[in-house]
Amino acid sequence: MKLIKIFCLLFSSGASAGEVWVTNEKDNTVSVISTETLEVVNTYATGERPRGITFSEDFSRLYISTSDRNVIQVMDPETGEVLHELPSGEDPGQIVLHPNNRHLYIANEDDATTTIVDVDTREVIARISVGIEPEGMAVSPNGKVAVTTSESANIVHWIDTETQEIFANSLVDNRPRHAAFKADGTELWVSSEIGGTITILDTGSQTEKAKIEFEIPGVEPEFLMPVGFGFAKGDTHAFVALSRANHVAVVNAETYLVEDYILVGRRVWHLTGTARFCLRPMVYRGT
Amino acid sequence: MVALFAIWKAASAVAGNVVEITYLEVQTQRPAVLSTLERRPDDVGHAGAQVGLNDINATGAFLGQVYSLRSVTVSGDEDPVQAASELLGRTGILVLDAPAEVLTAIADLPAAETALLFNASSGDMSLRNDACRSNLLHTVPSTAMRTDALAQFLLSKQYTDLVMISGAHAKDQAYTYNIKRSLRKFGLKLQAEKVWDFNSDMRRSAAQDVPLFTQDFADYDMLIVADEWHDFGRYLLYNTWQARPVAGSEGLTAVTWSPVIENWGAVQLQRRFEKLAGRGMTSEDYAAWAALRTIGEAVSRTGSSNLIDLRTYILSEDFEIAGFKGRPLTFRNWNGQLRQPIALAHERALVATAPLEGFMHQSNTLDSLGFDRPESTCTAFQ
Repeated sequence: MKLIKIFCLLFSSGASAGEVWVTNEKDNTVSVISTETLEVVNTYATGERPRGITFSEDFSRLYISTSDRNVIQVMDPETGEVLHELPSGEDPGQIVLHPNNRHLYIANEDDATTTIVDVDTREVIARISVGIEPEGMAVSPNGKVAVTTSESANIVHWIDTETQEIFANSLVDNRPRHAAFKADGTELWVSSEIGGTITILDTGSQTEKAKIEFEIPGVEPEFLMPVGFGFAKGDTHAFVALSRANHVAVVNAETYLVEDYILVGRRVWHLTGTARFCLRPMVYRGT
Repeated sequence: MVALFAIWKAASAVAGNVVEITYLEVQTQRPAVLSTLERRPDDVGHAGAQVGLNDINATGAFLGQVYSLRSVTVSGDEDPVQAASELLGRTGILVLDAPAEVLTAIADLPAAETALLFNASSGDMSLRNDACRSNLLHTVPSTAMRTDALAQFLLSKQYTDLVMISGAHAKDQAYTYNIKRSLRKFGLKLQAEKVWDFNSDMRRSAAQDVPLFTQDFADYDMLIVADEWHDFGRYLLYNTWQARPVAGSEGLTAVTWSPVIENWGAVQLQRRFEKLAGRGMTSEDYAAWAALRTIGEAVSRTGSSNLIDLRTYILSEDFEIAGFKGRPLTFRNWNGQLRQPIALAHERALVATAPLEGFMHQSNTLDSLGFDRPESTCTAFQ
């Protein structure tokens, strides 16, 4: 049996015949899964240890961070051909593309750095020292702010995308993993795997607005470990993968109350929806 | 869950106060062992503290906090308590690698009354019971936590027919005592036990002597060996009369940390450590690292460097650290012991992590390991 660790996945389109693209960290490939048949329709070779993955705005390019090759590979999603590589700094993990469709923000996990590369000129435009083990990456919808979460420092670093400098640091609970802005940009949600919470930060003041905790009868509180999460269309709800609790929490994103827990497979790690178009999350787990 | 929240603007930079920490190693006479290749690196524990310092300073750089670490080693012919007394004149935070009786003597110093002391080396059971001190926290697991972990493994594997060989050193006898306590706790017992009292050179004669020595054990599931100085135990493996696995001090060991652990982001810690020390991270290194992380966590969450505030916060429900063990690590407020999963590992791989599935507890399954609140006779924390 092949050992495949699924690291990251995303939908290539929100239409009914969509595709899910998944990086396989230990297999050096990207799998393309049809959302219609739920079968793997293509497998493309990548560089060593592919992890972070994101499409260009028009889905004409796929960016893949290859952590052991220390580059970002740029793939033509039509053919699966790697067209060229971008510099990334050491150990690139999660990546996110700025709305300007040019600046790629890269978390260099083993190097305590966030690297920003211009995908057109293929040059590094900034390297920012951040806390140890940067993991989560997000850019605000208006493009003015980028954030990196440092897993070991428990800090959310707020980066001004004009100056590419940190302008604020927010302390959150232990091991912040994933960060995402609401579509209107007013809130940043951050999951803390070991802290067991989601902290909601006000984008304007970078201060805590609310905190979400989880509780499932019969599940040890310490196993309620929020990791990946995603918003539903219109940001009415968030779906939160709870790792060792083997459940996905459905959180009302307006009242911040947990409305439901959905039993899924073991150690649920991340999830995505069909580009915010439906309420049904696709859930996957690592090996 | 952590209720505190703070935000610092990057412009505020570094505050004037430096949180000073001292790592103190008290060297003890180690008995000679059979293998001439056995070598203990000089920086065991020190290197773990240094990686911990780098971690918390990296965080502090964004929060306006600075930590310093002084590494001190006291050799066998110096008075460790006197040395600690002098250090306490300069800093109130000591991370200690010392025998149990030295730890309590340091904790009883007048200068230590308001100090924050961390035991990063001794698994001694008395320190978690009658000899506990309110100013002494334990980031290293008690030996009982480790033997409980092994007993859970034996029970979950249905290895119930057990025999044991113990060395003659005090440390071996303490380990044997803990093994028996753990087996009793989980409804197991030894079918037979022997004391190792050979003087011969096992490097040459193990293949002849060990089968004879173990022949009268008859059949059994697993051989437990108490050889905490790593003297003879290694020669038992593959030499026993019966073809059976070995656990305890050799073979399958229950440990705080091991260079083979890679789950829960541990690879990143292992890499940071290896880059700094040029070797794998040991249990002693981990305990020292955990002490530094505990200090950093308490300072960053409270925004205080007052030792009383830090201690109160560390023992509160709000405190937790992420220790690359897949769940939050917290302190037992009845004896100052850091709760933590225990790895069951051999030289090359992790086998299991305790608490094992199915071992339940009314409040926290980690308290199925070691001295739980009703069992501990410590009263200093009340």
